[in-house]
Amino acid sequence: MVSRGTDSFRACGGVVHRRERAVIRASSRESAFAGRELGIVVALVAVVGAATIARPSFLSGQGLHDLFLNASIIGLLAIGQALLVITRNIDLSVGSVMGLTAYLSGQLFLADKDLPVIVVVLAGIGLGAVCGAINGALVAIAKVPALVVTLGTLYVFRGIDYAWASATDTTQINAYQMPAGFLELGSGSILGIPNLTLIVLVVLAIAAYALHNFRAGRELYAIGSNPDAARLAGIPTGRRVFSAFVISGALVGLGGVLHAAYFGTINASVGTGRELAVVAAVVVGGVAIFGGSGTVVGAVLGALLLTTITSALPILGVPAFWQRAVDGAALLVAISLDRAVMVRLAERLRAERAVRRE
Amino acid sequence: MLDRFLRWETALLVLCVVVLAFGASSDGFAEASNVSFLLLDYSEVALLAFALLPIVLTGEIDLSVASMLGFCSALTGTLWDGGMSFETIVPIVVVAGVLLGSVNAVLIVRFGLPSLAVTIGTLGLYRGLAYVLLGDRAVTGFPENYRPLATDSIPGTFLPYATIIVLVVGIAITVLVHYTTVGRSLYAIGLGAQTARFSGIRVDRIKFTLYLVSGALAALASLIYTLRYNSARADNANGVELVAVAAVLLGGVSIFGGRGTVLGVATALLAMASLRNVLFLDDVSNEIQNVITGLLLILSVLVPVVFKPRRTKDVPLESSTVDTERRSGADPDRGVRRDHQGV
Repeated sequence: MVSRGTDSFRACGGVVHRRERAVIRASSRESAFAGRELGIVVALVAVVGAATIARPSFLSGQGLHDLFLNASIIGLLAIGQALLVITRNIDLSVGSVMGLTAYLSGQLFLADKDLPVIVVVLAGIGLGAVCGAINGALVAIAKVPALVVTLGTLYVFRGIDYAWASATDTTQINAYQMPAGFLELGSGSILGIPNLTLIVLVVLAIAAYALHNFRAGRELYAIGSNPDAARLAGIPTGRRVFSAFVISGALVGLGGVLHAAYFGTINASVGTGRELAVVAAVVVGGVAIFGGSGTVVGAVLGALLLTTITSALPILGVPAFWQRAVDGAALLVAISLDRAVMVRLAERLRAERAVRRE
Repeated sequence: MLDRFLRWETALLVLCVVVLAFGASSDGFAEASNVSFLLLDYSEVALLAFALLPIVLTGEIDLSVASMLGFCSALTGTLWDGGMSFETIVPIVVVAGVLLGSVNAVLIVRFGLPSLAVTIGTLGLYRGLAYVLLGDRAVTGFPENYRPLATDSIPGTFLPYATIIVLVVGIAITVLVHYTTVGRSLYAIGLGAQTARFSGIRVDRIKFTLYLVSGALAALASLIYTLRYNSARADNANGVELVAVAAVLLGGVSIFGGRGTVLGVATALLAMASLRNVLFLDDVSNEIQNVITGLLLILSVLVPVVFKPRRTKDVPLESSTVDTERRSGADPDRGVRRDHQGV
């Protein structure tokens, strides 16, 4: 009600006046987000610096190689999650979908070890997309809140994973049961850059470009900012949200296959609890949990920061048990900082507006 | 509105009856020992669900309940391992639970952060701190004079002591929600926090208190859990927040706030506990039980949406503005604040 009043007040103002305000708002926002990405980089440098002082090999070629490798799969998941969070949705089932697709790739090789690697990769992406479509259909068509749907499918998909494992009596699939070409995909590198990192960078480039330049990409932000306004503006919100879930699911599926290729051992518990790390990475990366703002680049940087902290903890003498606590705390710190920045921003805007009015 | 509630609870009762009928066909379902087991098995979940109910009524959520339980359990183990007497541990653990709840409360109510994001964060943080306390150790050997409180039934009946505790909490929550002014205002907050605030309801104070209660009940549940399994581990009750949320939503409480009854949640708890017990007796694996809980959770939200009364469809715009207001928790002096429900 109050916001409607403000709108009519704005409508009374001159057109030029309004446009000026829009320009101010856009630039303030952009600087805030550039600040966020800069902040992550600063935090990264600090963590890497501290770890390097404690153990110089942390920053060696191999050390950097490992850092990027560790961040790759979680970064891939974070790209998909960012798309959803931007539309004011969330997917808590990512860990389970990742586990399911990792298990699928193992099972496919058990059935036929000579299967071309690309077939398995596509199968994983396909299964992930199907899982995403189930979530998306429930959210976009049945209008059930994403939180509830994906909390439910978290357990449904994981249960299917376990049921599959017990039905086929295969608790663990090991590296020797998979072809060398597949394992090479996970552990190999081109020009010193790990394959996984290259894949993530390609996906990131496409996602960042599409989100920034394509109509559908911009519409995701509109939906997240105000779903009702977006619908009234003629944006097919249901279809966009559904597509975001399918794309995110497909990326998680790819992540599951890459997990299988990288680690070489798969059981039904792969990816358990990863949803926390992914959501934390996205939020730390500056994607607002209530949608409408943030970038996929930020989300991937967030993933890189969190995994770097995880790798640095034991070097700095902190037991590995702290990892979960650190992920949770990072999420809390990030949303608190966001809040503080937004309050400051709102105050500045109010001050600017007051000056203009005089 | 009222007939909708009644229909939902009737459906739940039918579910209960069907489950019980299935139960009657499995061996040993109706035996007193099995009934006690069934009741005990859900005592912690029931406490967490009772903690969640008023929070969900106000349109917020607390996903950290199971992690608070885990932390309190790990704390119990650490203190017991350190040689402290159990009588001293109990109040310390309850205070710890309230402190954990107050962290949620400060972040959500004082800082105005979305409860969904905060409690996903504290879900990780508290579980992580539990691991920091205990690592992957397990502490056992809790005092034999207290363990019966969490394992045994009152002599001569099938009612376990723990169930009495759950019933007392349940009755207290019923009185709070349905028979006090504060209880009425929970619904008002859930239907529109802004309107409630303008009506003179102390929204912040009420929400703050609810999160403290949630922490205290999680601590209580942790004591029962630890004594019942005679084991304090960092991963105690891992993932149980799903079951608690499922019970609350299956009980007919709207995830958007403002609708739901304690009776509904209690019926849902009973139905879920019976279902789990029947599945257990029929040797259905834990994982498949989780699948069924997950499906129930989705169905409980899906069914009311699909079978929505027709008249809301006739006025789509009006209902959408109400939804928006509810979703954004429109709040003039906190322009940037949003609630979790849109997510």
